[in-house]
Amino acid sequence: MNIIRPIAATIIGLFLGLLVTFFAGENPLNVFLIFATSGFGSTYDFGMTLTYSMPLILTGLSVSMAFKSGLFNIGAEGQLTMGALAAATAGALFTSVPAFIAPIFAGICAALAGGIWGGIAGYLKAKRGAHEVITTIMLNFIAAGIASYVTVYLLKDPNTQNPQTIPISPNYKLETFAFFDSAPVSSALFLSVIVAILVWIFLYRTPLGYEIRAVGSNESAASTACISISKTQILNMFIAGSLAGLVGVGEVLSRAECFKLDFSPGYGFTGIAVAFLARGNPIAIIFSGFLFGALQKGASDLEIFTHNVTSDLSLVLQALIILAVSADGLWEKILSGKKVKL
Amino acid sequence: MSPSCVSKKAGLLLFPLLSMSAITPMTLYASEPPKVCMVLDKGGKDDRSFNESAVLGFNRAIKEFPVNKTSKFVEPKNDAQISQFFRSFATSAKCDLIIAIGYNPSEYLPDLASKYPNKKFLAVDTNLEGKNTTKNIRSITFAEHDGSFLVGAIAAMKSTTGKIGFVGGMDIPLIHRFETGYSAGAKYINPKIKISTAYVGITPDAWNNPAKAKELAHAQYNEGTDVIYQVAANSGQGVFDSAEQMNKKSKTKHYAIGVDSNQNWINPKVILTSMVKRVDNAVYLAIKDFSNETFNTDHTTFNLKDGGVDWAYDEHNKKFFTDAQLTEINGIKEKIINGKIIVPDYYKLDKK
Repeated sequence: MNIIRPIAATIIGLFLGLLVTFFAGENPLNVFLIFATSGFGSTYDFGMTLTYSMPLILTGLSVSMAFKSGLFNIGAEGQLTMGALAAATAGALFTSVPAFIAPIFAGICAALAGGIWGGIAGYLKAKRGAHEVITTIMLNFIAAGIASYVTVYLLKDPNTQNPQTIPISPNYKLETFAFFDSAPVSSALFLSVIVAILVWIFLYRTPLGYEIRAVGSNESAASTACISISKTQILNMFIAGSLAGLVGVGEVLSRAECFKLDFSPGYGFTGIAVAFLARGNPIAIIFSGFLFGALQKGASDLEIFTHNVTSDLSLVLQALIILAVSADGLWEKILSGKKVKL
Repeated sequence: MSPSCVSKKAGLLLFPLLSMSAITPMTLYASEPPKVCMVLDKGGKDDRSFNESAVLGFNRAIKEFPVNKTSKFVEPKNDAQISQFFRSFATSAKCDLIIAIGYNPSEYLPDLASKYPNKKFLAVDTNLEGKNTTKNIRSITFAEHDGSFLVGAIAAMKSTTGKIGFVGGMDIPLIHRFETGYSAGAKYINPKIKISTAYVGITPDAWNNPAKAKELAHAQYNEGTDVIYQVAANSGQGVFDSAEQMNKKSKTKHYAIGVDSNQNWINPKVILTSMVKRVDNAVYLAIKDFSNETFNTDHTTFNLKDGGVDWAYDEHNKKFFTDAQLTEINGIKEKIINGKIIVPDYYKLDKK
């Protein structure tokens, strides 16, 4: 039942979305074919789909991690910005780090920077009672401001007019696989999957993970059982933030090789949808992240091969899928076969 | 799956009623006329300025020359899309000439061009002379500083308060080049003139933020500035709005100067002139040369002499200028062309 629902929701969402293109004057089958070819047509296309999926899996995990202790992390975008900025800064400044440690070092920097950014929101929630939705949104803006400042005034690449930092040292670069024909897929691909599995083990097989889930399901019961609510929340937001921060590894070390201002097409926000579709299950997030990555990549060719549909269709599809998966009343009715009051 | 098999399948699956797909005609012709594809910059095709100019040139050329009717331009919404558009244009969309409008998309061209040496490329606003390893990129820049000098002089002539302003879009060297020329031109007429400058932002979104540009213009007009030169693509509309509003409130006349396209018609009451930068001609000529098979892959700079940059004088802004002023403006233009006036170039200042 748990698997049927997101799959059915995806199919319903896709169907409705393609129906929209029919009313826009396109042939839905044609649109679907463009989607499929653009997402999986060649090894390059498939590589780009994976490139989009990696950050989405990580931000999905970040959102879902915070949700386990009852917190809503809208700040993955800011956390990944800080993570990517930290990775790029490390790569640009500490050029003498030897090649086999350098990417790991940059990864730790990225996770720490994202973690601190998430941790601030956790601290404000736990100690000051500031709602995390408000603080994480505001921290997104602060992160964007800091990133702009560092990029334009401190580490500006003088060889380009684009706002980007000086390139990372070659030691930090992750080799991209030749198989994917110049699509920037590197070993960072495995990072997302391994992290997803680690998150599952952490949440369901360790005492700390249990405490986080306990706080999420019943705060007062957890408190009675001597679990420190504030400690758990801060720690939880720190972990959530560091997961989002890891996006910096793939984006900086194998894709851009520098920090580009505004590099993220909203990964942090799409991550919320990814987590929702997977209902917060870390393993399922691998698949929902991949689906959303494919939607994002598939849509990019719509502009080129159709007259009336633009790449924004991917947003329509994402919205419809989320609507379909979250229509609780409808699903109870269908799955139980009973009449439910809507 | 090879890219071509999509088009075939897509063609088969098309409903007869809905055969509007862009791909179907490709399967109908055995040998096709060349296909031209263009990637615009942030700001969008309706910015009435830089990008619109490119689109005009594109459409004009498509009509006049035997070019594939599936030729197409796209507007990237974020940076990640730019490289994908180029890649699809070079592969599955089978474009023969690929055009990048603006410095941002242009930076993706050298890699792409060396990967697809049989295709031709045009980069507008960036000098790619040094990176043209496979000799298939034509790059075009404009002498923005010369044109800006001219409109700077005009601004100083028309200013009664002795204060003029500049609102730039994104804070990058290219726009500083406009600014340096503009202030040099103004000081040529009135050495004591005060020039206030402001930039909308530091990311490409700055090209698309008329509200912020309007605020900046308001602030400058309230300080006593009476002419503002905007170089901000779509954001520049905000400067025009601001000038119109200020005129309703106060007795002093407030003017604005447009950029890239001839923007005089947009608001003839306040737009003094426009510093036109003929992006349309750059695109048009490239497509023309390509269809005539005379496409060379050098770097060219368009300047005042060849009309690549100029000030716009038409029925909308005739009323602002006396004959004496016209003679003076054209005199300055002559002097720049003859090299009697050397306009400071920010690109060269920067390197000293």
